[in-house]
Parts: sequence; C-alpha cells; structure tokens
Amino acid sequence: MIQLIAFYLFATIVIASAAMVIFARNPVHSVMWLILAFFNAAGLMLLAGAEFIAMLLVIVYVGAVAVLFLFVVMMLDIDFAELRSGFVRYLPLGALVAIVLAAELVFAVGAWQAGGVDLAARAAPAATDTSNIQQIGELLYTRYIFLFEAAGIVLLVAMIGAIVLTHRQRGGVRIQNISAQNRRRPEDATRLVDPGVGQGMEL
Amino acid sequence: MTEYFQSLGMSYEWAWGVATIVGILLIALPLMLAVAMIIYADRKIWAAIALRRGPNVVGPFGLLQSFADGLKVFLQETIIPSSANRGLFLIAPIITFTVALMAWAVIPFNSGAILADINVGLLYILAISSLGVYGVILSGWSSNSKYPFFSAMRASAQMISYEVSIGFILIGVVLFADSFNMNDIVKAQQGHGLGFVNAFGFNLLLFPLAVMFLISALAETARAPFDLTEAESELVAGYQTEYSSMSFALFWLGEYANVLLMCALNAILFWGGWLPPVDWAPLYAVPGIIWLFAKILFFFFVFSWVKATVPRYRYDQLMRLGWKIFLPISLFWVFLISGYLMLTRYS
Repeated sequence: MIQLIAFYLFATIVIASAAMVIFARNPVHSVMWLILAFFNAAGLMLLAGAEFIAMLLVIVYVGAVAVLFLFVVMMLDIDFAELRSGFVRYLPLGALVAIVLAAELVFAVGAWQAGGVDLAARAAPAATDTSNIQQIGELLYTRYIFLFEAAGIVLLVAMIGAIVLTHRQRGGVRIQNISAQNRRRPEDATRLVDPGVGQGMEL
Repeated sequence: MTEYFQSLGMSYEWAWGVATIVGILLIALPLMLAVAMIIYADRKIWAAIALRRGPNVVGPFGLLQSFADGLKVFLQETIIPSSANRGLFLIAPIITFTVALMAWAVIPFNSGAILADINVGLLYILAISSLGVYGVILSGWSSNSKYPFFSAMRASAQMISYEVSIGFILIGVVLFADSFNMNDIVKAQQGHGLGFVNAFGFNLLLFPLAVMFLISALAETARAPFDLTEAESELVAGYQTEYSSMSFALFWLGEYANVLLMCALNAILFWGGWLPPVDWAPLYAVPGIIWLFAKILFFFFVFSWVKATVPRYRYDQLMRLGWKIFLPISLFWVFLISGYLMLTRYS
C-alpha cells in the first residue's frame, strides 16, 4: 500500500515537474524543476530496489550536471521575447519530432504487450541476497568489462578534447610557482653586511 | 524501536512510522541544541586563542549567548529585497537547513543506534552533501545582488571541486571496510591498527587520506582558511548578505550542522566512530555514543583552532590545492589501496 502511494507520488511529481521544465518562463526555474524531476526519479529507482542507481542519479545528475546547467543559465543574459519569437517558425519541426516520439512510444508499448524481448532473464544476476553494488560490480567488471573500458576511453577522449578546444596560452601572465617559492631560502634573498662608519653600502 | 511500538499494540506500519518520527526528533532536536552550544564553543575557542574573553555576559560563562542571539534574530523583521526572486529567495535557506539535517539519518551513534541502516550509507552522504550547493547558489542568484552572486559562484565551484577528491578519499575507506554501510565501516575498524587500535587512521595507507579528508572537510563546509565565500573584506557577508531574521538563522544553523556532520564523518570514517580508541574490554563499558561525541568535539576543536590561526587562502590557491594536489593524490591512492588489497586480502 505504502509503496503504491509512494510510487504514484514520485511518478506524479516527475511528470509534473518535467512539464514545468518546459512551461516555466524563467530558465533558472526550469533548471530547478529539472532537479526536482531528477530527485523524484531517484525516488522511483529506490522503489524499484536499485538503491545504488538512485544514489548515483542524485550524485551525478543533481550534484554535478544540474549545477553546471544552473551555472550556464544564470550567467546567460536571456531575452525572453526573442526566445518566444521563433515559436511559429519552429512549430512544424517540433510537431514532427513530437509525432515521431509518440509513435515510437506506441510501438514500444505494443511490442512489449506482444511478449517483448526476454532481456531480463539474460542479464539479471542470479543471487538476490547480495547488495545492489556487488551485483552491478560483478557484472560490470567481468561480463561487460570491454564495454565499461570503452566507455571510459570515450569519456577520456571527450575530456581531452574539451581541454584542447578551450585551452589557450595567454602571454604576459605571471603565474605563481609555488615550489620555487618554497625552495627559496632567506640566504637567497637577503645578505648580512656590517659596513664601517661612514663607508656606506654597496647595493 | 519499531518492536517497542509494536509491543504497545500497533500494527507494523504504524509502529514503523511512529518509530521513525521519534528517531528523527531524537536526532534533530539534540542536534539543534548542539549547534547552539557549538557556536558558543567556537566563539570561546576563537577568543581564547586571540587572548580575549569571548561571550561572557548572557548566562553563566555566557553559556546562553547563542540562545540570546537566536531569540534576537527570531524577533527581527524578515526583509525581502524588492528585486529578489521571491520564491527561490525563501526556498534557498530552507534547502540549506534541510539538507544539513538530512545527512544525519545515516550517522551511526552506537552499534544499533542509526536511523536508516542502509546499504549505501556513504553514497547517501555524498548525494546529500552534493545537494548543499543548491542552497548557496540559489540564495546568491535570487538575491539579485552583486556580492552574493560572486560568493555563490565561488562557493559552488569550491564545493564541487572538493567533492571530487572527497569522493576518491571515501573510496579508499570503502575498499578497506568492504562496505558502504556506515555501521559496517565502523565495525571494520575494530582492532585495525596493529591489532588493538580501533581506527583506520593508524593505517599508514589511510593516514594521508585522513589528513586530506580533514582539509577537504574544511573546504567543503567553507570554514577558514577556505571561507572565500564569506570573505568579508571582499564580499560583505557572502551569499547571505541580503538575508535577515529567520532566513539568515537557517543558513547559520545549517552551516554549523554541516560542520558537525563533517566532524562526525572524520570520526566515523577514520578514527573508529563509536568504538573506543583502543580495543580493550573495559573501555567498551563506556557507551559508544560518548566516544563518538568525544571524537566529534575533538575535531570541532581542530576546526576552531584552524579558524583562529590560519589566514585565508587566495582563490587560485584554493583551486590549485583541490585540483592539482588533492585530486591526483587521492586518485593515485585509490590505485595504491586497491593494489595493496589485491596483494594481501584477495590473492
């Protein structure tokens, strides 16, 4: 009973906040609704017994991805009138995408009703008494190790690409060299002299 | 506790619900009291190091100073700037405060005394602490004011940067404890050091992580020397500049609840949590909660001590420490620890 209530609560909030992402006028509000949607999706994952995925969803999407979204959206100076002006022009394209998505949904549900692919039996780990993390780990590091490593390499390449694209060498910048500063001793910079009276000092 | 309420004749669902609510109150109310006293302690320690007296007027030794401050703040007028984004402006302190309380759900106070004994306790803490950014970033943006916005940008960049290395440090602990469950992590530390010291910190492989975690905890809670978010010489008062009355008090409470949480995490992850420091039978006669509180208070003293003695970092130095020193070292340490464990435990 309580699972049912929780499921409908989470699901309703996910759908409602996903709708609000589109309908909110202020982009910052949109991102906030998106975060709410992520959060409740994590709740749905918890109900499905996938606590590891739920926590990852919060850590990665809410804690990192959405923060970057928020950063970008806050920094942008967005003209709302201009945003709205393209509405009619892009309406046919948007409608087309929506129709394709709707058709795919109907198709998928139909296929599922017709028996579906028996994916669940193929990939499901056997034991249910071990925790989620162990099951995922055992699959990820044995059966799917090459896919896992390939994903890692793709991410590495993407990261290096982003750095290469945005990195630029600026001239005339004085960068603090901390190890050089730490290596510096008083003897390198100061000198004790004992000049006689009236002799002055050579600098 | 659920069994107790069941024995009073409730059905399982009701007993569970009542037990959970009682558990939440048993954690949240003492926590609020602890925050009030810890603010007093912070000021006293700070004053003592600066050879001042600190708060000494309200109550004996000034013990009631925090309550007087709280009452004063409570009676003030709530001012909402006219150009602020009203909804988000009011939600931001609530987020900060709630998130600071939420993480305490998985803190084990004794072998059975934990509100939510979940498999993924440590991940839950990471997830919740990553939510803390939103309170800061939203308050800065919705104030519609220059300095709070700067501060929010700094704070969120700082928190995200240090969360990365905290994540890797936690992986080192998890590898040694072989579990994400907070209670199991504490239990794994029994007799870990030389067979009789109940702490991961005495392990030579984990001690550097303990030090890095302490420093990252300072940065994560934006305490001195990493308090660039409220650098008063540059940013007035940081992201909470425009806040007054209770909305300001919520930031204040949330901040100190977070500091206590980080002290508790230090104690639990590296220094044995509710276990006594040494694995010696008579010490187990003392309730675990007292050992945990002693450790938390010790780390809080370290936090205040640092605050009183260390000058503030510059922003580029802060980023350098996080990304160029802590991140590579902690990443390498994950590799080192897993290699060591493969050689010794799993071969």
